[in-house]
Amino acid sequence: MVQAAHNTPNLLLRLWRNEDSRGVIIQIVTMVVLFALIAAIARNVAINLADVGKEFSFGFLNWPAAYDIGFSPFIEYTNQSTHLRAAVVGLLNTLLVAVCGCILASVLGFTLGIMRLSRNWLVSRISYVFVEFMRNVPVLIHILAFYALVVTLLPPVKKAIDVGAGAFFLSNRGFYTPSPVFEPGSNMVGIAIILAIVVALVFRRWAKQVQDRTGKAYPVFWISTAIVIALPGIVFLAAGMPLSWDVPVLKGFNFKGGMAIKPEFLALCLALSYYTACFIAEIVRAGILAVSHGQTEAAHALGLQNNRTLQLIIIPQALRVIVPPLCSQYLNLTKNSSLAIAIGYMDITATLGGISLMQTGKEMETMIIVMGVYLVISLTISSFMNWFNQRIKLTER
Amino acid sequence: MAQNQAIPPAYTPGTHPDLPPPVRTTGMVGWVRKNLLSSPLNIALTLFSIWLLWSIVPPAFNWVLTDAIWSADTRKECWALMSAPRDGACWAFIRGSMELFVYGWFPRDELWRVNLTFILFALTVFGALRENIPGKKYWLWFAAGFPFIAAYLLLGGGLEVSTFKVLLLAVIVSGGSFSAKKLSRGGYKFWHLLTSIVALLSLYVFQVSDYNSVLFTIDGLTSVGTNKLGGILLTLVVAVTGIAFSLPIGVALALGRRSRLPALRAVCVIFIEFIRGVPLITLLFVASTMLTYFLPPGSSFDLLMRVLIMVTLFASAYIAEVVRGGLQGLPGGQYEAADSLGLTYWKAHRLIILPQALKISIPGIVNTFIGSFKDSVLVLIIGMMDILGLGRARLNDPDWLGLAPELYIFISLFFFVSCFGMARYSLSLERKLQTGHKS
Repeated sequence: MVQAAHNTPNLLLRLWRNEDSRGVIIQIVTMVVLFALIAAIARNVAINLADVGKEFSFGFLNWPAAYDIGFSPFIEYTNQSTHLRAAVVGLLNTLLVAVCGCILASVLGFTLGIMRLSRNWLVSRISYVFVEFMRNVPVLIHILAFYALVVTLLPPVKKAIDVGAGAFFLSNRGFYTPSPVFEPGSNMVGIAIILAIVVALVFRRWAKQVQDRTGKAYPVFWISTAIVIALPGIVFLAAGMPLSWDVPVLKGFNFKGGMAIKPEFLALCLALSYYTACFIAEIVRAGILAVSHGQTEAAHALGLQNNRTLQLIIIPQALRVIVPPLCSQYLNLTKNSSLAIAIGYMDITATLGGISLMQTGKEMETMIIVMGVYLVISLTISSFMNWFNQRIKLTER
Repeated sequence: MAQNQAIPPAYTPGTHPDLPPPVRTTGMVGWVRKNLLSSPLNIALTLFSIWLLWSIVPPAFNWVLTDAIWSADTRKECWALMSAPRDGACWAFIRGSMELFVYGWFPRDELWRVNLTFILFALTVFGALRENIPGKKYWLWFAAGFPFIAAYLLLGGGLEVSTFKVLLLAVIVSGGSFSAKKLSRGGYKFWHLLTSIVALLSLYVFQVSDYNSVLFTIDGLTSVGTNKLGGILLTLVVAVTGIAFSLPIGVALALGRRSRLPALRAVCVIFIEFIRGVPLITLLFVASTMLTYFLPPGSSFDLLMRVLIMVTLFASAYIAEVVRGGLQGLPGGQYEAADSLGLTYWKAHRLIILPQALKISIPGIVNTFIGSFKDSVLVLIIGMMDILGLGRARLNDPDWLGLAPELYIFISLFFFVSCFGMARYSLSLERKLQTGHKS
């Protein structure tokens, strides 16, 4: 040891050859380089901003936005509102399209995935061709093509297609549906719905306890469905049906009343959802195939019927494989919703990162906020995913 | 017992000819019965599917092929050739714009450069992907050098030889050969690092000082601005750059994330999670609007370059996660075995860990490649004219107004063929590399 120490030429090389101290050296160098880089960038930014006479501040959020947003279903917005309000409208629009898209994509994706596994050759081929074609074409093309389809192929408002009972109309200005009008007493129904869900949950718990203790199984699904439907239904009837529909009627050049779903929203939501559905279909298929056939046989050997096998054996095990990639698809859908800017749907990227950026010239500030918003959404979804993963993780011995 | 023996066997083997299996269970009929008509639900599904296909496929086929017009000069001419306007596809639009779609605005008398690039690209792909091709090693070197060759072929430009550049070359060559010697003896790459740092420093020092005087100029290909790139050419440039450079960066990030040095690990984690948490479009906005603020005052670089950097960083974060999955999927015994053989960190990774980890991550890596190929169309949003942008600009041409369906079908097919091809190749590669022991 002493000999070796004598032979080594200098301290630096000796430190370098020791694994621990080398680690420390590498980290110090990394941090120094990184901070030097950050400092250099900060300095450059300061100089460059001063050169063009801008300052770094978020004060612009209180300036009037002075542009219109055609689609703001949740909060009031006029072109006199502030940039901050425009950003909030954009964020809500992003969330709206993300939630609608995720729900639609899940429904469609599970359907396609199960179709792909069908024993019927034609059905599984149709699903295969659809999935492979759709997912190998960029989502932006889907969005643009779908939008072009809606705007060019659908008739103008005056010749809107009646798609159902004189209450639903399709035109190139959007999809018109009746909107619900809540009359006094409808809050009672709302309370009844919440109450029914609570009762159903309590019943499920109780039924599980009974089953664990005695082995007696109640038809939990049917009973809880009945509770959730019947209780609000009775209250609804008892309160004298406090709900009416505002049906859209063609007057002059546009529809009056009802709800108009804008073509931008329609195109974005549908294109995002069928594109994502193709990925979900593959995930679902892989998840179901991952449960080995022996599990089904074992369940049958235990005397479980087909539906109980599916419900108690197959689905829980398949979900364990399905849920993590499913979450990341939801995340992708949310991030892809930023492509709204290509067809003029006003999401957060199009309002704050698009028009506000151009009007105020605050590139730094707006982009920081937009990226921050997406980061928060992403981290929320992925932390949910981690929590869920922990919960359903296989406990191995 | 005796009674049993008395009864002759009802069937003596060999005395009857073998009957063929029932018609209903084999061949065409059996297949149809089994796959299409096995239960009432199945019959209903089959009928529904046939109805669906019947109502979609023949009209679509007629529109796309039999009623389509392949040569005309304007959309009006197209309509005139059909029994009714819009009765079939007007492929004349795509045919007429093909040159623009493929080459963008590349100078027309320099097109051989683009064609040569395409041919070299095809050779690269062929050489790098074929398993047993003679001289595989040289093909791989060629593939590694291809992006630089392509960049020169496309952008051109002469070479101004200055004192500084000669010096730089000398430093790099000496450093390289020195470190190569060290490497072959299994020594440190410390000197390599040092010479690189010296080279970079000298680059900076000489760039800002007057040592940059030109000695003489070598004339090269005519210089072509990056704004002349467009169409499929630009799509391929963006996609291939992203794919080629994201793999090494991604592997480095994955190793950094798995490192036992906390500071290094934290930097990699923050970088990866940040990039993965934001949409690519916001990064492209950053590239187009605010990246110049980060640079030293007065300097700026090309928009295409900035976009390429962002696309590469974006893809590399995803590659990093895929490779990390591969690294984690490797049994711990492999690391221990490498350690017990006395291999250093880099040797262990180069010889033992990475070959196996990359092998298990091939599907994920190819998926990421497909993703970045598809993501290349996003450059349209910051105003670059890739195939989609150019096509949409072409739709505003008064001669071809409103031919969106033809355009989108054509572009979709282009992407479908490329991406589906990649996916199939990855599947076959996976099967070829499957050595049977799954851990």
